[in-house]
Amino acid sequence: MSEDALLVSDLHAGYDGALVLRGVSLEARPGEIVAVIGPNGAGKSTLLKAISGLVRPIRGRVVFHGTDVTGLPPDRLAQRGLGFVPQLENVFPSLTVAENVHVGAQALPRSARRKAVASVFAQFPFLRERGRQRAGTLSGGQRKIVALARALVAQPTVLLLDEPSAGLSPKAAEMVFAELEQIRERGIGIVMVEQNARRALALSSRGYVLDMGRTAHEGPGGELLRDPRVVQLYLGGLAADLSPRRPDSSARRDPRSRS
Amino acid sequence: MFWQLLANGFVTGSVYAIAAIGVSLLYGLLRLVNFAHGDLMAFGAFVSYLANVTFGLPMVLSLPAGMAATAALALVSDLALWRPLRLRRAGFMSLFLASIGVALVLRQMILLLWGPQPRAYDVDPFKVYVIGDVRLSLAQVATILVASAAIVAIALFLARSTTGRVMRAMADDQALAQLSGIDVNRVILLTWVLAGLTAGLAGTLAALVQGSFDPNFGFQLLLPVFAAVVLGGIGSAYGALAGGLALGVATELSTWEGLAGGVEPAYKPVVAFGVLIVALLVRPQGLFGRARIV
Repeated sequence: MSEDALLVSDLHAGYDGALVLRGVSLEARPGEIVAVIGPNGAGKSTLLKAISGLVRPIRGRVVFHGTDVTGLPPDRLAQRGLGFVPQLENVFPSLTVAENVHVGAQALPRSARRKAVASVFAQFPFLRERGRQRAGTLSGGQRKIVALARALVAQPTVLLLDEPSAGLSPKAAEMVFAELEQIRERGIGIVMVEQNARRALALSSRGYVLDMGRTAHEGPGGELLRDPRVVQLYLGGLAADLSPRRPDSSARRDPRSRS
Repeated sequence: MFWQLLANGFVTGSVYAIAAIGVSLLYGLLRLVNFAHGDLMAFGAFVSYLANVTFGLPMVLSLPAGMAATAALALVSDLALWRPLRLRRAGFMSLFLASIGVALVLRQMILLLWGPQPRAYDVDPFKVYVIGDVRLSLAQVATILVASAAIVAIALFLARSTTGRVMRAMADDQALAQLSGIDVNRVILLTWVLAGLTAGLAGTLAALVQGSFDPNFGFQLLLPVFAAVVLGGIGSAYGALAGGLALGVATELSTWEGLAGGVEPAYKPVVAFGVLIVALLVRPQGLFGRARIV
């Protein structure tokens, strides 16, 4: 498994004693998109927070490029090349667009910052057009671009994205997804939590279905899309039998999540 | 008379503005309403007094000494008190009450060291500069020059320097700053240094302009400084600068006779808070603050 950029095993985490994650495992290789889907409250956002160090894991391990980084503070992880784009509070609202990018470059050594900023500005012409505008005055889609740029300027090897399409118009969402494919082309591993599960799985080489804080299913994105249980339970597919049905708990539990 | 009042207002306002910067940044980064800030200013004023009167140094050297000592004290207060409280995830109320404790300890310490009697710096109180209709004492002229230079320097630092930018980013969103690779504790220490330097500067200048000052004078400055911070939008560094200047100028100009006879000078503090109340009714988030949607 040395090719994994990110390897999460049996992760347990929560807030103030309330356990939200009860054993989640996932892996992401360089240059692949991994989608994490699941119902509300399954622990998707908490998973990203626990990986990035915002929430301290209680049990389990986070291995980043072969090094155990479990419980490291977020700034140290960012310096090691783990990027995170949160769902809502993803820009510094009182800072200008350009300042947002500059702050993102703080994860890099001082000598590398100028060049990294220039290359992100070249990549997103929008940043140059709106460089002096306060990020708080941008639309949701524009903020996503600034948030992506803020994370990318630190030249991450793995990028965590919380709901990249949430709150965006379909057109803006497509723009963001297209951007993600380009980011993948550059060899960056992407782990995204997404409520638009069909679109996310179609884009991903692998998908994980989270339920009740555990990995319920995993597999190649295309396969999960065709898996009738996944479709029925998590993608809003119509079941043949319309009577309410409890999911078979033994089938949902991934054997890997039991240590 | 108008120009005289405007000049006086600028002197008072620039002192408020410099002190307000620290209060606003500390709130922005730590959610700490630093009740001890007035006494931090008094501490700076008394260390400057120690250098100026006890050791006989000129004010040009005494002022930096007072600033440096206040910055050191602020730094120690973070390491000894505020950082442990942060690690224990102390809430807003705990921090606020702790800062009241620090204020009392500081004030008593100053009383113990320097006694209750009023003090004055060794400057010529009779030297007056006349520019047109405006008459300014040496202390006022010095304050205007030093304070304007300091305000420009602070504003440039916040706007252009990497550290200033990072401080504003942290005041916006601490978690996102951390995710961007920023060492939060280091920036907080730097913020305490900045808050200490500016408190020492504002305290010494305020003492210089007042002429005589005692260990309680910092506390009397605290309320207008808080008002300036709230007026500018708490947590906003630029807001604190603007709020301080606006409050100082508004307070002094309120006594202008051209303004329907003007207000009795004794009611100047009332005017300050009147301005604050009206401003908050019109713009509750402050001049530079942003509305928080919960």
